[in-house]
Amino acid sequence: MSVLAGHYDAAGQSVTDAARNRRFGPLYSRNVRAVVARGLMATKSSNWMVMVSGFFEPVLYLISMGVGLGAIVGAVQGPGGQQISYAAYIAPALLAVSAMNGAVYDSTWNVFFKMNFAKLYQGMLYTSLGPIDVAMGEIFLALLRGLMYATGFTAVMGVMGLITTPWAILMIPASVLIAFGFASFGMGITSFMKTFQQMDWINFVMLPMFLFSATFYPLSVYPQWIQWLIQAMPLWHGVELLRQISVGVFTPATAVHIGYYLVMIVLGVALTTGRLRKLFLK
Amino acid sequence: MFRVSELVSKETLVRSPDETGSPQYVITAENLTKSYGDVTAVDGISFRVPAGEAFGLLGPNGAGKSTTMKMIGGVSQRTSGSLSIMGLDPEQHGPEVRAHLGVVPQQDNLDEELKVRDNLLVYGRYFGLPMSYLKPKADELLEFAQLTDKAKSKVDALSGGMKRRLTIARSLINEPRILLLDEPTTGLDPQARHILWDRLFRLKEQGVTLILTTHYMDEAEQLCDRLIVVDKGKIMAEGSPASLIREYSTREVLELRFGSERNATVGAELEGIGERLETLPDRVLIYAHDGEAALEQVSARGLHPVTSLVRRSSLEDVFLRLTGRSLVD
Repeated sequence: MSVLAGHYDAAGQSVTDAARNRRFGPLYSRNVRAVVARGLMATKSSNWMVMVSGFFEPVLYLISMGVGLGAIVGAVQGPGGQQISYAAYIAPALLAVSAMNGAVYDSTWNVFFKMNFAKLYQGMLYTSLGPIDVAMGEIFLALLRGLMYATGFTAVMGVMGLITTPWAILMIPASVLIAFGFASFGMGITSFMKTFQQMDWINFVMLPMFLFSATFYPLSVYPQWIQWLIQAMPLWHGVELLRQISVGVFTPATAVHIGYYLVMIVLGVALTTGRLRKLFLK
Repeated sequence: MFRVSELVSKETLVRSPDETGSPQYVITAENLTKSYGDVTAVDGISFRVPAGEAFGLLGPNGAGKSTTMKMIGGVSQRTSGSLSIMGLDPEQHGPEVRAHLGVVPQQDNLDEELKVRDNLLVYGRYFGLPMSYLKPKADELLEFAQLTDKAKSKVDALSGGMKRRLTIARSLINEPRILLLDEPTTGLDPQARHILWDRLFRLKEQGVTLILTTHYMDEAEQLCDRLIVVDKGKIMAEGSPASLIREYSTREVLELRFGSERNATVGAELEGIGERLETLPDRVLIYAHDGEAALEQVSARGLHPVTSLVRRSSLEDVFLRLTGRSLVD
């Protein structure tokens, strides 16, 4: 038996030679989909429960705060100055949080484990994959998760009668944009982490961002300097973007929010690729 | 997908036989050096490996073997010198060079989240290979690794030997021209080692170039056509196992035990017997062309060891002579 006997396609070219004769970049082999396919196959067999719990967290917040607290708060002023229910006010913010959580979980804890314990990336980078293939594939998986959360959450909003305009459907792609920003950065930052204690710092940043980014009440309650601080953080831009979309009111600020994420994505992908290269191709 | 000119240039670059008719080298390293800060792990080594050869890198821990392997795989950047794999620089063409390689790392890094057969399929996809090729290929490799009945098992359920065989099967998924094996049999029981050796032999028969590091001298003697002994990042010796034994040792070795206390003092009395004498705490070694004759000389001098043993010289004798007997960590 010969395990290396050439396998030929109809045109008489060896299949493995064809795979070798592709065009390669120094850090890229145009094969992101292999990394994505691996992620989907692994998800199929394992962490379904973790994925589902990540989806329910913002839904539970929406029910308790929106329905429970909302009964006391009553109507509040929306982005266009119109009166909307408290639940409709916080729902887009919670959607942004959900996109962030999904992306961050996938790109930090998952990546941390694969990097330091499963040695997955080492194995990948011994094949013809380059660091860009690996980084983009992992980020794409995080986005897919963000997309699933966002779609589910938007459906819940619809069921609860919190969607009043067709514009609201755009919240789904906007959530993916938000997830992209967090995933690309999250993976880059994770590459610096060496211990579980350091990984806890991520939660230490995420929790206050979740609570204070105009999620549950407008930014105007804060003194000016705190407002600036919050406006520098990514989640606030996501919350504002989705809140505007949810009621179909767009201002020049909308472009700023989108631009913030585009810059974040570019910097994050560059950081992650650079780090993977430094860590595994040193 | 790709332009014809590129294909042509690549073909010429990689496959055209050398014009002088000398053997074609798949790996050429010149003055290869790798430093981590102040530490020089690999210190200006040069070697060439022709296609189809089984080439060994031997050396104590920290000699620079794994670092050299990593540079060949393009996952470690050299500090200086030049390196060419299949005519390509692994630093400039990492993904492309690795498309020709199969890698068996020192520690198994199988994908524990995937089942045994899926490990092969997914790994093959990393090389951009189509499923229509990969499915029959995976089954073929499972058979080669004697893991067919484990195809649907989880990876953690495999024994150490099975994992190692799966790692080797995985490294063959892209029909590599060069197989890099970093201590392939460390930690395996004798049965598993022999099965692995058999598999590696078959690959060599099929023309795969094997690059191997090992701590086991019998493994190197079994598998390698040619090897280099590396210590502290430098090449100490180079040649076939037989030629190295000829050059650095004698045909036979006489091992004498006089008891721990006597061993140290008996050396002077044995002077002149054989070509070389080495006194160890537990025994005295006499390197001689004819061990039995040396033993007769020992008896003729009125010396009576507690035990004596004549054996053929091995690569281990060469290795210990070149790299010393003290521990390096």
